[in-house]
Amino acid sequence: MRKDLLNSLLAAIVLTVLFGLVYPLVMTGVSQVVFPGEANGSKVSVNGKVVGSSLIGQSFSRPAIGKNGKPKLDSEGKEILVPDRRYFQPRPSATGYSADVTSFSNLGPNSIEAREAVRRNLAAYVALEKPYDHSLTKGQVPVDAVTESASGVDPEISQANAWIQAHRIAAVRRLSPAKVDELVSQHTHGRFLGVLGEPGVDVLQLNIALDKEAPIK
Amino acid sequence: MAQGWLQVAIFVLVVVALTRPLGAYMARVYTGQRVFLTPAVGWAERLTYRLLRVDPTSEQDWKAYARTLIVFSGLFWIALYLILRTQGIQPFNPAGFHSAPWDVSFNTTSSFITNTNWQYYGGETTLSYFAQMVGLTVQNFVSAGVGMAVAVAMIRGFVARSGGSLGNFWQDLVRSLYYILLPLSVVVALILVSQGVLQTLGHAFTLTTLEGANQTLALGPVASQIAIKQLGTNGGGFFNVNSAMPFENATQLSNFVEMLAIVLIPAALTYTYGRMVGAQRQGWAIFAAMLVLWVAFIAVIVPAEQHGTVAQHAAGLHTTAFDGSTGGNMEGKEQRFGIADSALWATTTTVTSNGSVNAAMESFTGLGGAVPMSGLAASEVIFGGVGTGLYSMLLFVLLAVFIGGLMVGRTPEYLGKKIQAREIKLVSLSVLYTPLAALLAAGLASATRLGTRSIFAGINPQGFSETLYAYLSQANNNGSAFAGYTGFIQPNAPGNVGAYGISFADLLGGAVMVTARFIPILLVLAVAGSLATKKVSPAGLGTMRTDNPTFVVLLIGVIVLVGALTFFPALLLGPIVQSLTTRLF
Repeated sequence: MRKDLLNSLLAAIVLTVLFGLVYPLVMTGVSQVVFPGEANGSKVSVNGKVVGSSLIGQSFSRPAIGKNGKPKLDSEGKEILVPDRRYFQPRPSATGYSADVTSFSNLGPNSIEAREAVRRNLAAYVALEKPYDHSLTKGQVPVDAVTESASGVDPEISQANAWIQAHRIAAVRRLSPAKVDELVSQHTHGRFLGVLGEPGVDVLQLNIALDKEAPIK
Repeated sequence: MAQGWLQVAIFVLVVVALTRPLGAYMARVYTGQRVFLTPAVGWAERLTYRLLRVDPTSEQDWKAYARTLIVFSGLFWIALYLILRTQGIQPFNPAGFHSAPWDVSFNTTSSFITNTNWQYYGGETTLSYFAQMVGLTVQNFVSAGVGMAVAVAMIRGFVARSGGSLGNFWQDLVRSLYYILLPLSVVVALILVSQGVLQTLGHAFTLTTLEGANQTLALGPVASQIAIKQLGTNGGGFFNVNSAMPFENATQLSNFVEMLAIVLIPAALTYTYGRMVGAQRQGWAIFAAMLVLWVAFIAVIVPAEQHGTVAQHAAGLHTTAFDGSTGGNMEGKEQRFGIADSALWATTTTVTSNGSVNAAMESFTGLGGAVPMSGLAASEVIFGGVGTGLYSMLLFVLLAVFIGGLMVGRTPEYLGKKIQAREIKLVSLSVLYTPLAALLAAGLASATRLGTRSIFAGINPQGFSETLYAYLSQANNNGSAFAGYTGFIQPNAPGNVGAYGISFADLLGGAVMVTARFIPILLVLAVAGSLATKKVSPAGLGTMRTDNPTFVVLLIGVIVLVGALTFFPALLLGPIVQSLTTRLF
């Protein structure tokens, strides 16, 4: 028993140093040298300024402006945000695209709250896109557009979702539909090796490309 | 759909293909033969024995083996608790986090010592880099190594020719760590970093988005922890949303590698087993039973998730797939993984004792959520945890041999050793303890006001599912969660200010995890010790074969029967009600 205690105490020290310090620190060192961009968050810069991470989604919304020309406030005095029509919109997020405090929505399959959330999202999506895509019906809205992602920072949307939004973008940015479609397919990645996972459209990168193609005045 | 099945098929085939080479390698490691890593690692192994002042050649009987294991784990429990309680004075704490409340620390400590990695806290908002590395990453390795050691000890019980020795705990532990877990972790971690998983000690980074808003990227030494989190069937994430977070699971390739890392070692250990007992078909028989059950679960969950939920249909959403859209239940799932990879992960993580997630389990469909729950209810034997899966499965094998023996009216024998009253008593206790702990705790938590405080979904079938899942997961040392269920209330303030734990859930869960880990381990070692002293009798005409399809079917039957009889009533009240009704609540 005393022998076990001594061995265990020494093991606690040796194994902690090895697996708690040497292993992660060596891995950190190697990663910083070999994959400096990836290891530090795959940051994306525009004109030398970091505007996001290629792996982390962000919201493209801005304050709603009231009739008096000032931002509308909700009952708690916070600005009400509405989707920015000039940009492709990401998926709904339970956390408002927080990348430092992540959580799931945890809405269950039979939850009234989930039904209401999907209803709201569907109505909002159709309201936003229908003016530019007259034939759009609720039945054509892809699931990813109205359900919250797991991470809350999903960087991607489905291709179907992007194709619908392309109508709006073309109109608002005064670009030809063909040009917008071209940008969308440039920022679509397929399945890995053509097989694994699902294709997706990278919203941040696509919007950056849009700004380059047709800058906002 | 077809695309989804193709992905499943590829994954299953890769697992099958890697079982033999890795299994053979591990058999060489555990029997002390030379392997390709010996020149690189052998000296470190010998140095470690010297530093620990142990003699790796001294043989231990089951009692000595168990004593060392318990003392070792107990000491690490104390050390981890102290690390979690002293966050405020630790280095590598750029965010200046204080410690979480004591009861949450109790739960977390019990969770990581037992290879469970149940998490009531959100990693990125609660723990310093120091606590994640020195506390948790270490435990990810060590608790996995302990499980593997027990499995190897049990194998020696079958192999021993009328001696009482099960080998040496230190040797089994150190070899598991140095020759298997560490090298694989290094490889997996580097692949993950190449895909964009973080590996830095840098401070969280605040940037201005295209719209001019602020976004803060939480950073950290993630990949090194995630590699062993997957390989050691631990499951505890760096981020609260675990492997759904792109910084923890960036691409489809990283997802594939992380899934593979979950099931690789448990699958290969069946081959190791066959090699070590000198009867390769015995190993494959066990592998086959595991594979059949795993694939059966996948066959249920993928269509269930593709169907979408009652709430989504009620809202008027069409969940069928069409050009450019996966369709299905995408609530709480990531676009890059879609339905198939999320469903495949959910099954794989719960039949093994991993518990990491790449999608929100609580948002799965009723039937889709019943699959991971059934995975837990099958007591970690479908591949199971590293080591724990094999030894738990071997208990079921003994049970099947016993039942088979009764059916044909002969003394049950396995690998030439008679299975007698003492072994069957120990096996039964061990097989029943985990479900008993899960059901008692879930009952206690559902029936008392103390327990219902932890529920997120309200007092309804979903709330019951949450509760049942929580204690099933902790009792099976899994760690996956219907994440609404909580034992930790953390207000939106930095550094754990104003945070408090729900003591009932924290303490009950902690007690369930510790007892459901170590009581079965003691019983398993006792069985192994008892088998080790038995003489081997040669197989005769009347010996029931345990390496043919008939036995595989019998084994599957016993597993399903035990799981179904134990858990069916409870599953009825939660997920099955939910999948049968179109009502919302």
